[in-house]
Amino acid sequence: MNLFADALAWLTDPANWTGPFGIPTLTLAHLTYTLLALVLACAVAAPAGWAIGHTGHGRSFAVALAGAARALPSLGLLAFLVLVLGVGLKEVATVVVLVLLAIPPILAGAYAGIDAIPRGTLDSARGVGMTGWQRLWRVEVPLGLPLLLGGVRGASLQVVSTVMIAAFIGLPNLGTYLIAGQRLGDYARMLAGAILVAALALVLDGVLAVAQRLAVPRGVRMATAAVPA
Amino acid sequence: MRWALDNLGLLGQLTIAHARLAIVPVAVALLLALPLGALAHRVPPLRGTLLGLAGLLYTIPSLALFVLLPPMLGIPYLSDLNVIIALTLYALALLVRTVTEALESVPPDAVASARAIGYNGTSIFLAVQLPLAGPVLLAGLRVATVSTVSMVTVGALIGVSSLGSLFTDGLQRRIVPEVLTGVVLTALLALLLDVLLQLAGRVLMPWLRAERAVATA
Amino acid sequence: MIEFEGVTKRYSSASGAAVDDFSLVVPRGTTTVLVGSSGCGKTTLLRMVNRMVDPTRGRVLLDGEDVAGRDPVALRRSVGYVMQNSGLLPHRTAAQNVAVVPRLAGRDRAAARSRSLELLELVGLDPELADRYPAQLSGGQQQRVGVARGLAAEGDVLLMDEPFGAVDPVVRGELQHELLRIQRELSRTILFITHDVEEAFLLGEEVVILSRGGHVEQRGTPADVLAAPANEFVAAFVGAHRRDRRLRVDERDGVRLVVDGRDRPLGVLTDEAP
Ligand SMILES: Nc1ncnc2c1ncn2[C@@H]1O[C@H](COP(=O)(O)OP(=O)(O)OP(=O)(O)O)[C@@H](O)[C@H]1O
Ligand SMILES: [Mg+2]
Repeated sequence: MNLFADALAWLTDPANWTGPFGIPTLTLAHLTYTLLALVLACAVAAPAGWAIGHTGHGRSFAVALAGAARALPSLGLLAFLVLVLGVGLKEVATVVVLVLLAIPPILAGAYAGIDAIPRGTLDSARGVGMTGWQRLWRVEVPLGLPLLLGGVRGASLQVVSTVMIAAFIGLPNLGTYLIAGQRLGDYARMLAGAILVAALALVLDGVLAVAQRLAVPRGVRMATAAVPA
Repeated sequence: MRWALDNLGLLGQLTIAHARLAIVPVAVALLLALPLGALAHRVPPLRGTLLGLAGLLYTIPSLALFVLLPPMLGIPYLSDLNVIIALTLYALALLVRTVTEALESVPPDAVASARAIGYNGTSIFLAVQLPLAGPVLLAGLRVATVSTVSMVTVGALIGVSSLGSLFTDGLQRRIVPEVLTGVVLTALLALLLDVLLQLAGRVLMPWLRAERAVATA
Repeated sequence: MIEFEGVTKRYSSASGAAVDDFSLVVPRGTTTVLVGSSGCGKTTLLRMVNRMVDPTRGRVLLDGEDVAGRDPVALRRSVGYVMQNSGLLPHRTAAQNVAVVPRLAGRDRAAARSRSLELLELVGLDPELADRYPAQLSGGQQQRVGVARGLAAEGDVLLMDEPFGAVDPVVRGELQHELLRIQRELSRTILFITHDVEEAFLLGEEVVILSRGGHVEQRGTPADVLAAPANEFVAAFVGAHRRDRRLRVDERDGVRLVVDGRDRPLGVLTDEAP
């Protein structure tokens, strides 16, 4: 517990809250990479997932992709890309890996959201004469949004974690404290870094959890409330 | 390819170390997850707490967990034990949810009718619930196994040897084939374990194939 | 008027025909009921009318025009469709669910809403319930909303796929009588599906009894069918041999009682016209 007290002391030391390696700067860097990757991945994966869910084509491809992505070690991918692209492009390499990592869960969330809509609901949307696009935007996307956000949540965990790993190729972020601490034999600093990353991950997950809850349309929330789980 | 052939001995060693670091956590986690999941399934008030804790745990990045655990448990930072415990916790977080959901996927009618013909608590769990929960359980176990294999590599960053060491070493010495070999071997190991689990599933749940054959006929 | 001309549907080349060479005319302003057991192809036939299913062979004509030549979306907007379990959009209120139809037809929000409220009143839904979500309505109420949405289409054809199949018998009876009342007011061309013979006899001016593959076993008025079942299948299906269908008159103190095969009195025979 002594180490935790040291870490707390480190965290509350004003000296660690300023400068290029201060907590605010590195937190911001960590968050920026995370959000950038999530936004880019969403831009690719959400429309692709909607297309799969809407048309019913390509589902086995998406499943295979998700399986493959799970088996590929992100650290290895990162090391490989940095070596291939050159250390000068390590930012690019990192973002590429992060986006690749975030795509499968978001893709799966997007099509699972549409898959989970009862057949009758979609049939009736067709029956009243909605066009494919109208069904997509007015029925499938709003009803599938909570599961899509669930996918984003899963992706965000992976991304926060992998950004931390990117500190090892020299990208400054909250993982940097861990490396610096390891080099200096300063466990308090490592612990402080770990606490900060864990806190960031928890906060981000909490925010997305709230967003996910808000995304459930009112009528649907009532339907699930009416049937106690 | 050349690099891999020149270093076969090292690769064998690392692969075995890697497999151990992945299999032990998943096996231990499964043993712990079965009673915990059954508990969450049977005692609804505990369900939220257990699954909430599992979710919270799963949220913490693995690298951070490697640093947080040693001072909490009094174990050395640079040790297999540290990695094994951290990965066990992750797999446990995944599997508690899986076991709970798998048990929930069992039709209540099947359990009720088993009770009606005289099965008691434990035998219902072993003879009815567990087999019927099998498919969902297996799916979750496969996910946990594959992700654990991939996560073991992160341990290399704190100095615990596995195929991940090829990444850190390859990066430092700028040997692309070394990194590539590591990626391929890690993926192959994950694939191998996944196939083994599927085979085990087929042997343990022969009725599923019959059902599938009927469904597609 | 709806005309089926020798329609066949195969869902895949390997499987047998879900519907095989089926023909039928539903005259304008009448109710025709297709009745048959599960899987005999009723839904398939119904969906051919609004092109949610396209026939493999044969044609479906709507007022003399082949639906194959019509744009499916425009067609569906003009044809009312009511299904079992209402198929309401869970994220829209009752009024919004009905308003979807006029909205899709290009009416403005206010006009669509007032049309929607009008229809909800017509089907007998308490106006206070108009702004509730489907999850806050009972099954019977949801079904009323479904019927109102079907009626919102501007064409006169109304397709109903077991619309009252999922509600309890009492509510089902209420809904059936509401439908008869609405039909007296509006005279739509209704093609109605059920597997309940009683319902078919109550609602249909003409009933069509189907067996597997959409094969027509018999068609005619309920009286025709009951009086002369075409074959054993029909007789068994409509329960012509059932004792509660075999009625006779029993004179008692000068009153002519109608009793069934189990001697249960069902009513009194009079000479007055209904
Ligand atoms: N989309 C589809 N793809 C393949 N086969 C289908 C499809 N829809 C229906 N079928 C098959 O066609 C046959 C007729 O189905 P249909 O839904 O028309 O029956 P139904 O009379 O409406 O039955 P129910 O009373 O159960 O609703 C069935 O054998 C069914 O399995
Ligand atoms: Mg049907």
